[in-house]
Amino acid sequence: MNSDNLHIRNARLIDPSSDLDQTLDLYLADGRIAAIGTAPAGFAAARVVDASGLIACPGLVDLSTRLGGIEPELNAAVAGGVTSVACPPDTKPPLDEPGLVERLVRRSERLGLARVYPIGALTQQLAGEKLAEMNSLARAGCIAFSQAKHPIVDTLLLLRAMQYAATFGYAVRLRPQDQFLARDGVAHDGEVASRLGLSGVPTAAETVAIATALQLAQATGVRLHLSRLSSAAGIALIRAAKQAGMPVSCDVSIHHLHLSEMDIGYFDSNARFDPPLRSASDRDALRLAARDGVASICSDHTPVDADGKQLPFGEALPGATALELLLPLTLQWAAQSRLPLPSALARITCDPAAVLGIDAGSLRVGAPADICLFDPSEPWRILPETLRSQGKNTPFLGYELSGRVRMTVVGGRIVFQV
Amino acid sequence: MHNPQLNANGELSHLLSIEGLPRDVIVHILDTASSFLKVSARDVKKVPLLRGKSVFNVFFENSTRTRTTFEIAAKRLSADVINLDVTRSSTAKGETLLDTVDNLVAMHADMFVVRHAASGAPYLLASHLRRIGRDDVHVVNAGDGRHAHPTQGLLDMYTIRHYKKDFSNLVVAIVGDILHSRVARSDIKALTTLGAAEVRAIGPETLLPTEIKKMGVRVCHDMADGLRDCDVVIMLRLQNERMNGTLLPSAREYFHCYGLTQEKLRLARPDAIVMHPGPMNRGVEIDSDVADGPQAVILPQVTFGIAVRMAVMGILAGN
Repeated sequence: MNSDNLHIRNARLIDPSSDLDQTLDLYLADGRIAAIGTAPAGFAAARVVDASGLIACPGLVDLSTRLGGIEPELNAAVAGGVTSVACPPDTKPPLDEPGLVERLVRRSERLGLARVYPIGALTQQLAGEKLAEMNSLARAGCIAFSQAKHPIVDTLLLLRAMQYAATFGYAVRLRPQDQFLARDGVAHDGEVASRLGLSGVPTAAETVAIATALQLAQATGVRLHLSRLSSAAGIALIRAAKQAGMPVSCDVSIHHLHLSEMDIGYFDSNARFDPPLRSASDRDALRLAARDGVASICSDHTPVDADGKQLPFGEALPGATALELLLPLTLQWAAQSRLPLPSALARITCDPAAVLGIDAGSLRVGAPADICLFDPSEPWRILPETLRSQGKNTPFLGYELSGRVRMTVVGGRIVFQV
Repeated sequence: MHNPQLNANGELSHLLSIEGLPRDVIVHILDTASSFLKVSARDVKKVPLLRGKSVFNVFFENSTRTRTTFEIAAKRLSADVINLDVTRSSTAKGETLLDTVDNLVAMHADMFVVRHAASGAPYLLASHLRRIGRDDVHVVNAGDGRHAHPTQGLLDMYTIRHYKKDFSNLVVAIVGDILHSRVARSDIKALTTLGAAEVRAIGPETLLPTEIKKMGVRVCHDMADGLRDCDVVIMLRLQNERMNGTLLPSAREYFHCYGLTQEKLRLARPDAIVMHPGPMNRGVEIDSDVADGPQAVILPQVTFGIAVRMAVMGILAGN
């Protein structure tokens, strides 16, 4: 279809998946990347975009996006340059029925914004008692299985769930948090919680759960992804497992890369996260893990309405809006860590795409034409009215960040533009 | 970071916590309390400082004793006092904390005295008042969760200063359930701010906050060790629900290890004073011989408490 043909001129193309970092022209046709550098034979551009001074990278891939209202959140995604989102199963009702998954896929396809990849429930109702119909859910569109924030307490059932998933080659994603150790906790069990009188979540809540998951994954051979690590000790366990050759991956949220327990300040409920923000040295270990490629970065986008945040710290709902902040906060982390842009962008493009096993996060010829075009230096202030997400709460409100998405392309179609 | 307790001139606009209070503000409150103590001893126990002002006691958690002392303090300052027992009214109908506050502001409240089960709740109120442009309404924290009970901390400092004059050579032992105690957190912060020589936290690991050492205290697991040569012993109330076997095996064992008896008290300095924020569990954390003995200053604490609360409300109303 010629009408889709798009010619992006003179952009700095950064594609971590192919080690490309060069100012070149990009040609999109039939929803795919048709050529880089010179136009393919017979290419007639329906539209030419002058991208001088801008960076074009693969559309961002987010490992954990809570949708809430589908349309506003997918609009927020593309406004943030995010073109693929993985949706955890703790929707209401949870994604444990093929029909629900099909409906989510259909609705998102009809919107034609970011691509939605549902993660199915590992157990029915996420109750941790009976296995969900993983095969049927996979046929309906699920790309992996998880329990979202509801850990399976029964370790025998967890073993069975991993065995069953491994049978079909499905990946299992777990949020490592021991529910007994984390019980009632609202903040890292450290200096700030001690001082403010908040009940703590000890680091052991994470390490105990990681150790359990790793042991069972080793026994079953399942491909395991551990979501949202929060501690240095947790990262150390992952590093050791990777060194031992286990097929395990992990991610950290963009918030945990920038913030620590100190950001709770005087009970700021915008700094309430699950898992909690931990100490500054934990944060440093997470930054190092992201730098080394041990961890991917996810937005952990969780829209929470004002009523859910205007409560005493411990009663407030955890989470923050993040889709639109993922890119600028990743750029800020890269600049602070003196990390080359291609390596930084890998953590939010090809790395998470590999975790999800999806055809995304690449500018290779033939890849889906999912593009994020951004101005790396354009400053913008994070204000509720500048966010498209229905969630207006983020600890970064009022911050001035640089890196603004100018255009987002999904399957060759421009879905966002300023 | 904006200090939510101070106004643009650095004056106290809310009392939310001892944390963040400059030393001179604490001393000013104690000095002011001295002058109010005389008012309470007079025949006519009233001064017109808060005449025409409305003080709302908003208690989301039951406490007859603390509420009563605030009520007396406000009345001695000639304020109109309205007591709201919120545990039984609006919140039971689903109204949020901030809805309740908005309604009371609309009733022209000048000051809120707030107790809440959640740590940090008074901060939420103060930031809300700031957001809606009602900085002129003051908040006094009468106890929030495990976090702070600043007027108790101040009255404890008043009591210590009354008996010991100077803080710089004092060794103070705080004994018991520090993990769940807002009084302990406020006392520790006040003592370190006022320059006490040593603050000791005595209790089993299950009742101590994880990073308590970072608050500037020395941890003692052994009661004898902790009481030796100290000048002030602050006993904390041990709530019955802590005794369900998950934090402590039994009240009997707790009393054996950490209950204050005359025998253990002999390890402290002979002129040591014994304090308790009340209400006491006799035979659990403190023996009656000690509670009623010559070294106990538990009832004077109550008397000083009214003067300190008058001082806090008087200073806030003037800023």
